[in-house]
Amino acid sequence: MKEEVRLMKGNEAIAHAAIRFGFDGYFGYPITPQSEVLETLEELMPWETTGMTVLQAESEVAAINMVYGGAASGKAVMTSSSSPGVSLKQEGISYIAAASLPALILNVMRGGPGLGTIQPSQADYFQATKGGGHGDYHLIVLAPSTVQEMVDFVGLGMDLAFKYCTPSMILADGIVGQMMEKVVLPEQRPRRTEEEIRKQCPWAADGRKGGRKRNVVTSLELESSRMEVINHQLQERYREIEKNETRWEEIDVEGADYLIVAFGSIARICTKAKEMAAEKGIKIGIVRPITLWPFPTDAIRKAAEGKKGILCVELNAGQMIEDVRLAVHDAIPVEHFGRLGGIIPSPDEVVVALEEKLINK
Amino acid sequence: MKEEIIIAGFGGQGVLSMGKILAYSGLMDDKEVTWMPSYGPEQRGGTANVTVILSDEKISSPVLDSYDIVIALNQQSLDKFAPKVKPGGILIFDTNGIHNRPNRTDIEIYPIDAMDATLEIGNSKAYNMVVMGALLEAMPYKLPMENVIRGLKKSLPERHHKLIPLNEKAIEKGREILKK
Repeated sequence: MKEEVRLMKGNEAIAHAAIRFGFDGYFGYPITPQSEVLETLEELMPWETTGMTVLQAESEVAAINMVYGGAASGKAVMTSSSSPGVSLKQEGISYIAAASLPALILNVMRGGPGLGTIQPSQADYFQATKGGGHGDYHLIVLAPSTVQEMVDFVGLGMDLAFKYCTPSMILADGIVGQMMEKVVLPEQRPRRTEEEIRKQCPWAADGRKGGRKRNVVTSLELESSRMEVINHQLQERYREIEKNETRWEEIDVEGADYLIVAFGSIARICTKAKEMAAEKGIKIGIVRPITLWPFPTDAIRKAAEGKKGILCVELNAGQMIEDVRLAVHDAIPVEHFGRLGGIIPSPDEVVVALEEKLINK
Repeated sequence: MKEEIIIAGFGGQGVLSMGKILAYSGLMDDKEVTWMPSYGPEQRGGTANVTVILSDEKISSPVLDSYDIVIALNQQSLDKFAPKVKPGGILIFDTNGIHNRPNRTDIEIYPIDAMDATLEIGNSKAYNMVVMGALLEAMPYKLPMENVIRGLKKSLPERHHKLIPLNEKAIEKGREILKK
């Protein structure tokens, strides 16, 4: 399949991207607002073309453990769900991280807590960036703001997962999952051969061939001194990821009086708000973290220099704001604006919030 | 060029698919496009709406406060979105079942009887394409018809391509009723 321009939903784009980036398997369980991922894969029937496995598991827990198994054998595998379903997957995600395995998890967030609503939300920021499951681990967390980024991050997320032997997450929301945009689908990347997998993943439990020593994939180590070493190894890898893989976008930061920090589709609503504010003579710059972990701490600290204040706009009650405040050490006022429970703020509301919380304070 | 449009009505009126055909037509005309639906339980009989943006430049927010063009296909949608037409903008509404008409004087208002026109064509499923015709006629950005046809072809599954002439006819009908 050649490169192709299409109009599609973010969720549909994820399915196309998984096939085109040469994934070996997808394991999922339906939940709004991301059911189109599984539906599109079933429609496209990649098992007849690239040989990719697509399976609707009996539950989210089963799906993440199938991912664990696939990843342990060196395969490129993924799962997707929405907030309540991703909560169910947390035990498996912690195991995959502890076992140092590459995998891709997509969360198309909806309003919580609990079963909540099916409308868009960003209230799983804490869960995605601060662990979610138990133990000292991190996921590489990518936050797409366009349908094109949904596609691109499937490839990037998997490449980073294999590079660092750690799971990555695409943290999207119901807006970018459900909206349609122009998207360029990449050329078909062939699935890796068994030989290529053995070369890339010498740790893979793929059946002993050629008399190599036994590979054991586990997250269990009852000897504490050994477990501490494993933890240190993980932490070293996380420092490496922080050094190399922090990504963000800056829009008109220089010369601005105020800064908005926002991620995902909300950053686009803020870009419109910025344009509206400019008509009133208010100069706003935007920093959009693309990786939520590792967080662009230094970039935000630098961008904040000389600014009068920061508005952190998120579809939650104030989660990323903690990382923003840590970045600037409260050198300037940092305020939060968000809507909850699935309500999407309009660009106008963002301007009003900025005026009320920072300008007219 | 930038057109910020919302199409709102009952679930089942073809609001979302009309938006999709419009967005695809824009894409065929080399525009940047976004299509943002209201999604969820409203698809099953309640109100449904979709925001479509067509632009020469990269589109920032897919969610808007105000619109260049509002198409309202029931009273609730008319009440909700008529006040959100930008001054100088366009409001198209289907008169069927409307008892409270908008009284703004700073916008262009086009009442249409799309249901009657659809019945004249003889296929009630073409309703949304009659409305689409009215939109294409009223919209300052003139989308070439050949690209609308290409948009239709891209939007409809191949097994429904035999319906394209019917859709074309419905779009023409929509253009006519707007001109009246």
